[in-house]
Amino acid sequence: MGGAHGHGPVVVEPDEPAFHAGWEGRVWAMVRLCLRGGLFNTDELRWGIERMPPARYLDASYYERWLTSLETQAREKGVAGAGPIRPSGRNPRCETPPLPRFRPGDTVRTRSMHPAGHTRLPQYARGRRGVVERLHRPALLPDTNVGPVSRDWDPVYAVRFESRELWGEDGRGGDAVVLDVFERYLEAPGAEEVP
Amino acid sequence: MTVGEHEQHGHHEHHEHHGHHGHVSDFEARTLALESLLREKGLVDSRDVDAMVSCYEHDVGPMVGARLVARAWVDAAFRDRLLQDANAVMRELGISNEGLNIVVVANEPGVHNAVVCTLCSCYPWSVIGLPPTWYKSAPYRSRMVREPREVLREFGLELDDAMRVRVWDSSAEQRYLVLPERPPGTEGWTEDELVPLVTRDSMIGVARPTARAI
Repeated sequence: MGGAHGHGPVVVEPDEPAFHAGWEGRVWAMVRLCLRGGLFNTDELRWGIERMPPARYLDASYYERWLTSLETQAREKGVAGAGPIRPSGRNPRCETPPLPRFRPGDTVRTRSMHPAGHTRLPQYARGRRGVVERLHRPALLPDTNVGPVSRDWDPVYAVRFESRELWGEDGRGGDAVVLDVFERYLEAPGAEEVP
Repeated sequence: MTVGEHEQHGHHEHHEHHGHHGHVSDFEARTLALESLLREKGLVDSRDVDAMVSCYEHDVGPMVGARLVARAWVDAAFRDRLLQDANAVMRELGISNEGLNIVVVANEPGVHNAVVCTLCSCYPWSVIGLPPTWYKSAPYRSRMVREPREVLREFGLELDDAMRVRVWDSSAEQRYLVLPERPPGTEGWTEDELVPLVTRDSMIGVARPTARAI
């Protein structure tokens, strides 16, 4: 929802407790315990939330989304049925890190894409030009990490996008967004784009 | 802006119908059902749930990050290491990063940093506790990348025109923590005296610490 209009002002609740009701803390802790035990992974948790009908998603509180996804995981991993449980498995270690294609200072462009499944390239930053600020440690590509344990490691970069590149004439010169971008979402820019 | 002034944007009140005369809400009932199912299948132990909730209600919170920030203000070598590899520093201090990559970004003259997660609500839990509701809300997530100055102004933080704003959108496994600038008027203060000045909001980047009587 980055960049969307119409959501109103940011509402701050003073002296907010960690949880507003007992069930919120229990859902939160159960999700974390299941992640730790390898029943499902973070991308599957997110994908369970992303599959909520859009109107329900927007109307739901944060922990209601977690509750909904936890129910989805219980169903899809066979916890709710009489048959065997099908855990995703624990996150593997990255034995041979992939060689990064880009370096800090490189100009890059995000791919223009619109996949139906789980992905972590926000819509507002698709098909945009940016500059690599840092190389992070590799991570499992979210798009292929929904299901059994993936070994699809990808380099990850912090990429700086100028505000005007993202928002055109409604952007502000000098300001920028730095986004973590998987290498698979990047391409080398056209020759005319490299400064 | 408080919840009372803008009920329509609240996230809990209009969903929550529990607590009246002992009725169990839909959410509570669904949660109880899940917990008994997960317990029955040996996937979750309710004592672990209790312990985890209690830990984040009492032991993990902004005080953990505030200690890192205050030490960075008084110890330049510590600051350098924190900016270079926060995970190694935390490991030495016995602070868990929960398997995530904590990255500290420093405010400096002319550059202000702030953190958001537009895709969900990623947040550096292990160093500043659980995120406030506003951080997870649609208004903050949608606006912070597009009009950060306007959002910061609503938090009472007015930035000079010459200041450059860097908004870090945590879209992968990095969790960002802002290292705010040490407030003027605190020269000679000890680390322990500085810790209370470092607020949660200043480590998200929506506020600046100020010197105040302690």
